[in-house]
Amino acid sequence: MITDALTIVLTGTGLIFFVAGTVGLLRFPDTHSRLHALTKADNLGLGLVIAGLMVQVPSPLDAGKLVLVWALAILAAGTTAQLVARSALKKGQSAPDDEGMQ
Amino acid sequence: MSVWFTSLAVLLLITLAGALIRVWRGPAPADRMMAAQLAGTGGVAVILLLAAATKNWLMLDVALVLALLAAFAAVGFVKAASRNGVGDPEADEEAAP
Amino acid sequence: MIDSLFDLVLCALIIFVAFAAVSGRDLFTAIVFFIVYGLMVAIAWLRLEAIDVALAEAAIGAGLTGVLLLGAYGRFKNIDAARMGSWVPLPVLIVIALAATGLSAAVGVVLIALDPNGLGLIPAVNANIAQSGVFNPVTAVLLNFRAYDTLLESIVLVVALVGVWTLADNSAWGQRVGKTQSVRANGVLQSFGRTLPPIGLMIGIYFVWAGSSQPGGAFQGGTILAAVGLLSAMAGLFPPPRVNDARLRLSVIAGPILFLAVAIAGTAWGGMFVLPADLAYGLILAIEIVLALSIAITLMLLVLGPPEMTETPQ
Repeated sequence: MITDALTIVLTGTGLIFFVAGTVGLLRFPDTHSRLHALTKADNLGLGLVIAGLMVQVPSPLDAGKLVLVWALAILAAGTTAQLVARSALKKGQSAPDDEGMQ
Repeated sequence: MSVWFTSLAVLLLITLAGALIRVWRGPAPADRMMAAQLAGTGGVAVILLLAAATKNWLMLDVALVLALLAAFAAVGFVKAASRNGVGDPEADEEAAP
Repeated sequence: MIDSLFDLVLCALIIFVAFAAVSGRDLFTAIVFFIVYGLMVAIAWLRLEAIDVALAEAAIGAGLTGVLLLGAYGRFKNIDAARMGSWVPLPVLIVIALAATGLSAAVGVVLIALDPNGLGLIPAVNANIAQSGVFNPVTAVLLNFRAYDTLLESIVLVVALVGVWTLADNSAWGQRVGKTQSVRANGVLQSFGRTLPPIGLMIGIYFVWAGSSQPGGAFQGGTILAAVGLLSAMAGLFPPPRVNDARLRLSVIAGPILFLAVAIAGTAWGGMFVLPADLAYGLILAIEIVLALSIAITLMLLVLGPPEMTETPQ
């Protein structure tokens, strides 16, 4: 099945971005780099998983829900990254990892 | 296909565990909050994959609620982190540059 | 096989997150773990095919409670942390630990005693759902077969709000609820507060409406509507209502009152909470809609807190 193959490629790539985001979150040296790493990766990861599932859903309503989930996730990630980063900057909290993991 | 979706969901859960390590270690509150946001996005993806694995597409509604309320906790966070507990990091910058 | 692996990993994560939330690393970390805990438990409910419960957990556990706790943290952080840490004396802690262990053991015993192949009340619900007026068995139970549970829950919310309002300072009585929100005009926060509510309103109304035939209902929809209203208030887009506004108070109790009125009217058909099959759908839908509005407003007021405005009211 060509649609199943497409789904496997897209969702599998999505997982890779999630892993990349998490690795960045764990390995990057300070707060703002870590924010940067994960807000890119998780949106792309979720987007690819959703793209992969779009060809599997039975009804247009479900496809619409999937699109809405992604739209909301992008909106939320952009807003929260901006607000949380500012909040951390203001407090001078761009802290290196104090437990020696780098 | 069901096995593929569930396998991916397992791997995603393990990835989430990685994000939770950052929630545990911090060090800044912003680190913990954003790691929780990553866990939230990952959780949405896990739910979508579960829906696909079981073909129970009503589960999408739960993902929809989580995606809608995802930013909500972060707004609560920046409010709590502001000087008086009800501010806005941008407004605080203007007040005290 | 792979399903069992998923369940094992999920259970391990739930136990880790639960432990991290109560292990007392610091107040803020505990709150963040509690939010993640709500997410994990919502996924667990999905694995148990309880979508209604998963929806409620996602909306309340991972959504609204997080904001409630973060708001409490914002008030607490100026209080001396050392004094708070030593607040609970050791004997009390021991009693709490013993009580919690006893409760967990009791729940465990009950779970083991359950017949693993038993169907519980499923046959009884299925046999009577045609008379309930709705097609979603969960809604049939919550708003018809065991409506008194739901009625009491909605009254608990009102009582909780009265409790929160009793914390208000005498001088603040009659002012707007919560603290004065300071927000940069047209900044990121305010723009976000303008973008999300239309989408949130649509989704909240969808859940109230969908509750009669698929997962959803007054509590899930009401919680989403509460979150939408709160976001607008936190973004400084509208001033919160005054605590002594008659319309506000009426909207808080409208849902429970309508519910109670329908329950009492049931005595005309045979007893409290009895709904005639041909009227049940309309009555349940009316209760769901009014109750969702009351729940939304009550939850919003609970999170905003008692009136404590720092500026003089206009």
